[in-house]
Amino acid sequence: MMQAVITEGLSKRFGKVEALRGITFSVPEAQLFGLIGADGAGKTTLFRILATLLVPDNGKASLLGLDTVESYREIRTRIGYMPGRFSLYHDLSVEENLEFFATVFGTTVRENHELIREIYDQLEPFRKRRAGQLSGGMKQKLALCCALVHRPELLLLDEPTTGVDAVSRQEFWQMLGRLKQQGITMLVSTPYMDEASLCDRVAFMQDGRIMAIDTPSGITSLFTKPLFAVRAHDKHHLINELRAFRHAASAYAFGNAVHYTDLRDAPEAQELAAWLRSRGFDDVEVLRIDPGIEDTFMALTESSRSQQEASDG
Amino acid sequence: MAEQVIHTEKLTKRFGRFTAVDEISFSVSAGEIFGFLGANGAGKTTAMKMLTGLLAPTSGSATVACFDIYRQTEAIRRNIGYMSQRFSLYDDLTVRENIRFFGGIYGLDKATIRDKCDQMLHSLDLLREGDTRLSALPLGWKQKLAFSVALLHEPKVVFLDEPTGGVDPVTRRRFWDLIYQTAANGVTVFVTTHYMDEAEYCDRVSIMVDGKIAALDTPEKLKRTFGTATMNELFIRLARPAKGSGQ
Repeated sequence: MMQAVITEGLSKRFGKVEALRGITFSVPEAQLFGLIGADGAGKTTLFRILATLLVPDNGKASLLGLDTVESYREIRTRIGYMPGRFSLYHDLSVEENLEFFATVFGTTVRENHELIREIYDQLEPFRKRRAGQLSGGMKQKLALCCALVHRPELLLLDEPTTGVDAVSRQEFWQMLGRLKQQGITMLVSTPYMDEASLCDRVAFMQDGRIMAIDTPSGITSLFTKPLFAVRAHDKHHLINELRAFRHAASAYAFGNAVHYTDLRDAPEAQELAAWLRSRGFDDVEVLRIDPGIEDTFMALTESSRSQQEASDG
Repeated sequence: MAEQVIHTEKLTKRFGRFTAVDEISFSVSAGEIFGFLGANGAGKTTAMKMLTGLLAPTSGSATVACFDIYRQTEAIRRNIGYMSQRFSLYDDLTVRENIRFFGGIYGLDKATIRDKCDQMLHSLDLLREGDTRLSALPLGWKQKLAFSVALLHEPKVVFLDEPTGGVDPVTRRRFWDLIYQTAANGVTVFVTTHYMDEAEYCDRVSIMVDGKIAALDTPEKLKRTFGTATMNELFIRLARPAKGSGQ
């Protein structure tokens, strides 16, 4: 299979900050690839290098078989880039923004209308409205339309759903699913762990490095400890009591439960439940569960932090 | 009945013909963690601006920390804490300078500020970073510091507008540990978020749809009433029909 994106040992430094420390990965054509990580992990720097807006200090990258430094002009005509910060013209209308981007790429909105129709239909009632006056979700849809207007083969979407409500986020991901069916390769970054499971493959970034890269189910198989979901009435109190348990490794709130791991290899749910009952939780429920992506990422974050602290101290 | 720290009755705000907040009535008790949810454009920000004394309502009534939101906005601002993604601390001041600056704004005397500063650096484990500029700190530390600074003047209620955006899941949960501690000390926490798992961590949650409160209860009862397994499902169910207003 042809690789749409290949990077080898990309690194980038801004003064004392090492934004990227040797990023190597590839994305085959027509794949929906997720970059997951917190602010400061290096996602945006990576996107800017791929979008040919930054030159790496070391390493190299190619998109659609073209080198990002040597062939940046051709790359720019063949990819779509949606930056993290809203970068359309606030004082142009929805329609004017689209036409402007189409003109810049030497095409027309009509020529590629088929590709953006579904998204544009939702924007249609507001086509005369200035972009600056749109709600967060609508702005994201317009930005996606503008990034698609020249029918790119590859889309780079930098945190398209940050600050967007749960309904708009769901709609946005449904659109990405349909674009994938049209054969468009997509790189999407997000701080939302639940969105990771919607990707074909994900890379988990932290401190300028890729900590893990796999399919969503491959990622969760990295979590090897027994995991328990604990439920009782007073969650705050429950978390504190679980952390105070002498065999406790971690206890974190997860929705309506607390996810607990033990320092021992084969802890028993019954023992934990009995202990919590002795601490006054009459309604306690302890269930062994399969880990999710968020559990796995949290475990990876914690283990890398404790290693770092050990090497610092 | 616990003391009502926030109380609104038919609180309304219109901009021209558009009704951004439409007769919302609710109460929040002392020490309660109250989740204020809604889709983008549902009216959350407008409601928050009224409750924090930054915007005069069109009609209805409300009190915050026992002060009237029409006549006592100055007193409200002195008796509440506020933190958001957009407005927090000064990046080009050091940690200590930020604490001193906000302490001064809140009218605390020098000795109190010095004590609070030491306490805060200690409890946040920032003793080594006291003279570091904020711009050099990780986002998660900044968020914790901004939250503590919002509590400097010991307000009865603190408003948190999407406080945990952009951080990793471990850091996000550590922030919630702080929220729980604060509420356990009797401070009311009024919080907005787009993370639906965080809605589950609140004592009660309200969901705004098109300017009205469409649902308000404990997360457990809301899920039972609407027959959904998660708050995310519930939110999507309630907020989806309203989409398309675009405003």
